[in-house]
Amino acid sequence: MAENVVFHFDIDGEDFSSAGGASVTVKKKLRQLGIDSEQIRRVAIAMYEGEINMVIHASGGTADVIVSDHEITIVLADHGPGIPDVSLAMQEGYSTARDHIRSLGFGAGMGLPNMKKYTDSMKIETELGRGTTITMTVNIT
Amino acid sequence: MKIAQLKELLDAELLTHDESLLDHEVYNACCSDMMSDVLAFVKDQGVLLTGLVNAQVIRTASMMDMVCVVFVRNKMPTEEMIRLAEECDIVVMKAHYRAYEACGKLYTSGLVARGKNS
Ligand SMILES: Nc1ncnc2c1ncn2[C@@H]1O[C@H](COP(=O)(O)OP(=O)(O)OP(=O)(O)O)[C@@H](O)[C@H]1O
Ligand SMILES: [Mg+2]
Repeated sequence: MAENVVFHFDIDGEDFSSAGGASVTVKKKLRQLGIDSEQIRRVAIAMYEGEINMVIHASGGTADVIVSDHEITIVLADHGPGIPDVSLAMQEGYSTARDHIRSLGFGAGMGLPNMKKYTDSMKIETELGRGTTITMTVNIT
Repeated sequence: MKIAQLKELLDAELLTHDESLLDHEVYNACCSDMMSDVLAFVKDQGVLLTGLVNAQVIRTASMMDMVCVVFVRNKMPTEEMIRLAEECDIVVMKAHYRAYEACGKLYTSGLVARGKNS
């Protein structure tokens, strides 16, 4: 690939039932680009978890996916409340989700750990009251 | 195990239309109502059994390249969910069994946690 391929999405924070739609689209696009299916799965799961987090914890945001010849970069940015203690949030099982979120099938406290597990790098920039930007990469082999 | 055999074991009702997908082999299953728990374990999991009913169940299955979703306790997915599943070639069924019983039936019939190559 000579030039990077870029996808941009606005993630609607009001609409839980359509959350995850951007990840489904990215999965299809990466398949069209001929990316290895294992790498597609890792990108899709990490992005999906991040997309859901933006909807349930931060009232939406934006998602950008950049495909270069050696890696796929996912940037998820929101203007939500921020994460007070990132190392705590990264622990498996830690969640601030209320009962109504749990009844929707989320709030196990596994999303951020999953995002870390499935990507080759993950960086969280967050500021209380301003928002959170998560940048993840998956190497293309 | 073929999805067709799984359907029979669970006495399940097929809700998607493409019957040719019932010929798919599945090697492993997963049962949870928490989607991030499902997303935590990637190992050829072909089937998701769940009592949760919303569109995220289908998207989660699709992220994991799963080929079949079974709603237990006769929970009925919406038309929209069935349409989403059909777009991703995922078979959707509902079964009257509770999750525990449904898993037990599949497990004792040989659908145990192992990969394609073991
Ligand atoms: N974008 C975000 N903005 C603000 N807080 C967040 C954001 N993402 C995660 N958090 C906080 O970090 C916690 C842990 O996130 P994580 O994704 O691991 O679990 P969860 O979303 O609560 O549950 P699960 O992902 O298992 O459904 C959340 O409960 C929330 O408090
Ligand atoms: Mg989460």
